[in-house]
Amino acid sequence: MIEVEHLTKKYGDLVAVSDLSFTVAKGKIWGLLGPNAAGKTTTMRVLTGYLPATDGKATVAGFDVFQQPNAVKKIIGYLPEVVPLYTEMTVSDYLSFVAALKQVPAAKRKAALDRAIRVSGLASVKGRLIKNISRGFKQRVGIAQSLIHNPDVLILDEPTIGLDPAQIIEIRELIKALRGDHTIILSTHILAEVTQTCDGVVIINEGRLMASGSLEELTASFHEKDRVLLRLRRGHEDAMTSLRSIPGVEKVSRHDGELAIEWNPGKDLREEVSRMAVEKQWGLLEMKTAAMNIEDLYLRVVSGGGEP
Amino acid sequence: MRNIWNIAKKEIKTYFTSPIAYVAIAVFLVLVGFFFYSALSWFNSQTIQMAQNPYYAQQININQMVYTPLFHNMSIILLLMLPLLTMRLFSEEKKTGTDELLFTSPVNVGQIIVGKYLAALVVLGAMLGLTFLLSVFTFAYGNPEVPQILNGYLGLFLMGAAFIAAGVFFSSLTENQIVSAILTFGALLLFWILNWAAYSASGMWKDVLNYLSIFQHFDDMTRGILDTKDIVYYISFAFFGLFLTHSVIQSRRWR
Repeated sequence: MIEVEHLTKKYGDLVAVSDLSFTVAKGKIWGLLGPNAAGKTTTMRVLTGYLPATDGKATVAGFDVFQQPNAVKKIIGYLPEVVPLYTEMTVSDYLSFVAALKQVPAAKRKAALDRAIRVSGLASVKGRLIKNISRGFKQRVGIAQSLIHNPDVLILDEPTIGLDPAQIIEIRELIKALRGDHTIILSTHILAEVTQTCDGVVIINEGRLMASGSLEELTASFHEKDRVLLRLRRGHEDAMTSLRSIPGVEKVSRHDGELAIEWNPGKDLREEVSRMAVEKQWGLLEMKTAAMNIEDLYLRVVSGGGEP
Repeated sequence: MRNIWNIAKKEIKTYFTSPIAYVAIAVFLVLVGFFFYSALSWFNSQTIQMAQNPYYAQQININQMVYTPLFHNMSIILLLMLPLLTMRLFSEEKKTGTDELLFTSPVNVGQIIVGKYLAALVVLGAMLGLTFLLSVFTFAYGNPEVPQILNGYLGLFLMGAAFIAAGVFFSSLTENQIVSAILTFGALLLFWILNWAAYSASGMWKDVLNYLSIFQHFDDMTRGILDTKDIVYYISFAFFGLFLTHSVIQSRRWR
């Protein structure tokens, strides 16, 4: 449904997005995950036709974003980072204006308005001026405007930012309820948002792609390498070399007094490791398995670790 | 066309649901009313004196003595007020981020510009239209020439339309409304007084400066002269302003 190929966007000399490629399948929710200033907003602005790309190609439902912008804009609903609200208007006036802007036929506008208000839970504030409603409701109005023309694709830039925990859960439930009918890309710098709402993730940092795929794919790729963490009282140096001699062990590394031992997929070397620790009297204090997960990957990305 | 109307409708609504349009119209009417009153009082006292002398009595002309100065005064008020009406048109969208909604909707940039332009024209139309009421007095107690008055109003409207186009252009340049208003006012005033420089210029430059001056074209129209050259001037001024706006918005997105 959404295909991005070698997308590059520069602001003058500043490279915001560099050679980014990913695809999102129809009906899925995909998270665009990255720390602040990773290029998430820029990517979304290019996809929605707000900004032209410096290089590369993006298609939405087969339409080229740069060649057929109006065709793409008709089927995209977009919630920008700063919710675009005319605060002097009432909620329903604003939504009917957006409906007209998105070319919902006049005869269907009333129904579209009612649907957006119902789905986003805005019935209680629809007659009020936008400037007088709370932050959470404003965010909902933002989501409602992105939904008003029942677009095939929804692009939501940090949909839960600035909300309280209860509101975050509500918005997440709302987004999940839209799965299937709509293909959704949402950006966030919060990992939990991805693991709780998304089917897949694109992790970017400093404009470059770090990893992408469905959550299952990514998790599966991490499980291939099992590892244990050891906490010892003494003999770390000896342990580093001795453990490497166990057949099948691929890597031994040390951080913060813990030794991490990784081995090839398909094996289970926990027994050998523990036996060696006892025999050599390193003073085994703790031993735990630790499968690598998306969190580790994301933390590495955020802390500047580079490739997984 | 429907897109233009949707944008225009929303902008008109914004003008009239906020105090902007009402304050602008009310202040305009108070000022115009004051100028009209003083012009009319002066005219009354003049006519009493002039009527004593058969030669001067021939010269009494309500169009020239009341309407021409009134139209000039109105044009100055428009010069001061229209930049304030247009300053928010694009600046505010940029500042509040609502431009992101407009430019990601299936609407062309040209349609957005024209829609906003038309909305400001409607406010201008309301401002000028309501001053027609003043003529009730002149028609009740005198016999002014209608075509000449209409010609003056046409001049005011065309000039206002040119002012608004300049305002739309400067509004697209900055997200700061005050900067936008100052730039508009400064540029319009410069165009207004361009014919001053024409006094000392000679040859072709004299003609060019005179042609470019906003005031020169308006002056003819208040005197009842309807010349296509003046109409073409204002329309091309407005068109050029909107065309520049289009270029600014497009180029900003490509930067």
